[in-house]
Amino acid sequence: MKYVDEYRDGDKARDIAAAIAAEVRPDRSYAFMEFCGGHTHAISRYGIEDLLPANVRMIHGPGCPVCVLPIGRIDDAIRLARRPEVTLCTYADLMRVPASGGLSLMKAKAAGADIRMVYSSLDAIRIAEVNPERQVVFFAIGFETTTPPTAVALKAAEAKGLKNFSIFCNHVLTPVAMRAILDMPPTPDEPPIAIEGFVGPSHVSTIIGMEPYEIFARDYRKPVVIAGFEPLDVMYAILMLVRQVNEQRAEVENQYIRAVRTEGNPVAIDLCDEVFELRDSFEWRGLGAVPRSALKLREAFAFYDAEKRFTIETQPAEDNPACECGAILRGQKKPADCRLFGTVCTPETPTGACMVSSEGACAAHWTYGRFRTRQSDADLRRRA
Amino acid sequence: MSKTFRRKLDLKNGRVDMSHGAGGRAMAELISSIFKDAFGNELLDQGNDQASFPTPTGGRMVMTTDGYVVSPIFFPGGDIGSLAVHGTVNDLAMAGAKPLYLSASYIIEEGFPLGDLKRIAESMGAAAKAAGVTIVTGDTKVVERGKADGVFISTAGVGVVPDGLSLSGDKARPGDKVIVSGSMGDHGVAIMSSRENLTFETEILSDSAALNGLVEAMVAAAGPHLRLMRDPTRGGLAATLNELAHQSDVGFRIVEDRIPIKRQVAAACELLGLDPLNVANEGKLVAVVAVEAAEGLVEAMRAHPLGVDAAIIGETVEDDQHFVQMTTGFGGGRIVDWLAGEQLPRIC
Repeated sequence: MKYVDEYRDGDKARDIAAAIAAEVRPDRSYAFMEFCGGHTHAISRYGIEDLLPANVRMIHGPGCPVCVLPIGRIDDAIRLARRPEVTLCTYADLMRVPASGGLSLMKAKAAGADIRMVYSSLDAIRIAEVNPERQVVFFAIGFETTTPPTAVALKAAEAKGLKNFSIFCNHVLTPVAMRAILDMPPTPDEPPIAIEGFVGPSHVSTIIGMEPYEIFARDYRKPVVIAGFEPLDVMYAILMLVRQVNEQRAEVENQYIRAVRTEGNPVAIDLCDEVFELRDSFEWRGLGAVPRSALKLREAFAFYDAEKRFTIETQPAEDNPACECGAILRGQKKPADCRLFGTVCTPETPTGACMVSSEGACAAHWTYGRFRTRQSDADLRRRA
Repeated sequence: MSKTFRRKLDLKNGRVDMSHGAGGRAMAELISSIFKDAFGNELLDQGNDQASFPTPTGGRMVMTTDGYVVSPIFFPGGDIGSLAVHGTVNDLAMAGAKPLYLSASYIIEEGFPLGDLKRIAESMGAAAKAAGVTIVTGDTKVVERGKADGVFISTAGVGVVPDGLSLSGDKARPGDKVIVSGSMGDHGVAIMSSRENLTFETEILSDSAALNGLVEAMVAAAGPHLRLMRDPTRGGLAATLNELAHQSDVGFRIVEDRIPIKRQVAAACELLGLDPLNVANEGKLVAVVAVEAAEGLVEAMRAHPLGVDAAIIGETVEDDQHFVQMTTGFGGGRIVDWLAGEQLPRIC
């Protein structure tokens, strides 16, 4: 595959690995957070950890929209889908997220709810067009990358005069979540997070550009390298972070120059600005309520807002108390530190959201990396 | 098998969901907790795609059955009729058997076009003839509109095993070599691309084919050194290797760069967010063979039209946790896991 294979070249990976090994200082360690689940997935799938020196640690961040969505919002979606007039359109990886009462969207579907898996927001528009008697709700989730497509769907519904389409909006914001992680006070039983720099998600920056990260360089003195999702991109971004730390620099650098522009995508930014506004506060799994961290539809588009059309009032729902998703999403614990990991919590029977999405830190470690934390059967039995 | 599953099925309140039919761990759990409990016997407990047993009059016989619900019914490279022959013939061939007779059971939805039915039956007849099997019995049922989706076909097959050959999923031993007969993921991507109206520079055809001819050549080349064969259908190579690892109580180590994958299949998977190792095949097999016979076997396979891309992709290792580990093309290591939940429903 042209323009893909070049960025998965094993020989080049070894060259970059050698450069990282040569440049890290042996007398110290390095801890970087890859914010985005896409990077977590790439690191696990390509075995990048095996290519890094032992004193470079990657902390998996909360950038997995499925993982950070609180149970209460999944409960809302299930309640919506169970209404006889509603067809709920969702991305496939939300289907198995555990909700309250042992439910999930997949189980609700098996029990008769009309739930359709879609690849894009425009699929939901198409379903609304051919089923005029159904109330079609698009379960919109994701960071800045998936926000413009939701806005496009809304504009398409408006242009087509679709009265039976609405959006259950759960879009969230990357830089705000990164600040929330850095601002988090340490707790007595969880070690403080010593993040020295971030690998920033390039697809988010194709939309928002680089400026929203300047605050991390300027106010927090943390370098940020915007990186692509191919494994060589990630490796090179880590090298760039090591260099910044060694040179005591804190800058926002762009590794993904083939697609990210400093100013982002002004058309998409303007469209989102027209359609969405900030929520006062939004609940994140793992981070709690974070002020001004999520979007809702502006009043001018209230007609398309499923929360208004169906009067949704999100009820708080408790996570399983033994589940460590919160600490894992904050980067304070590793998947294998959770005693549910691999015992009751597996991708088939996920307890926490980090195990559900393939971009979640637990699923990535289970699916690709658990040979690194081999447990004996006896150990598994004891923990179960 | 019990330690594979961490949580029991909820038989009181649970319902069948799509993951139970996806060829992954959820389906294995369903079979283990419901069907094995109800039918339990030594042959079924072997957990193969077919059963092999002595006949009262001497010799060994193999029997298998399979249901076909593929959507769409006609796809690039085949249709539900040819698929219903290939799939069942291949399940017989994987035991080293010479397939002989098939049955064909049709469940047809009211309103289904007769012309399509004729086309499917003709395709099925032609596939059977080409594979050297005879369809000797059948059944026809029609259900009301909306109670099925077009047509579903179920086929059963019987065959005979040559003397001295005994293949089973529990026979892989540490040190054995793992071979695939050709490129992975063609069928699943062909179905998916015809479903999602995706167009690629070259059309991707399903690899749907009867493998009994290739198997005959393999048995002739490797004989008793051949430990087992399996066709990596639903769940792809990943699911097959994980099943075999559990059955044989071993692990596998494979090398990503040695696994044949067509460029356009890799590209389509990239676009759809799929891993080609999880994607179904309908004309490929995985074989495990003693190390001393591996090179000769690959050579014999490459001489057959359905095995020209055959390759040794790795080996069997001791591993009480049954991991399938892979050296990535990138140079790191990772697990190749079976897939949780549904990836591509109604692929076969």
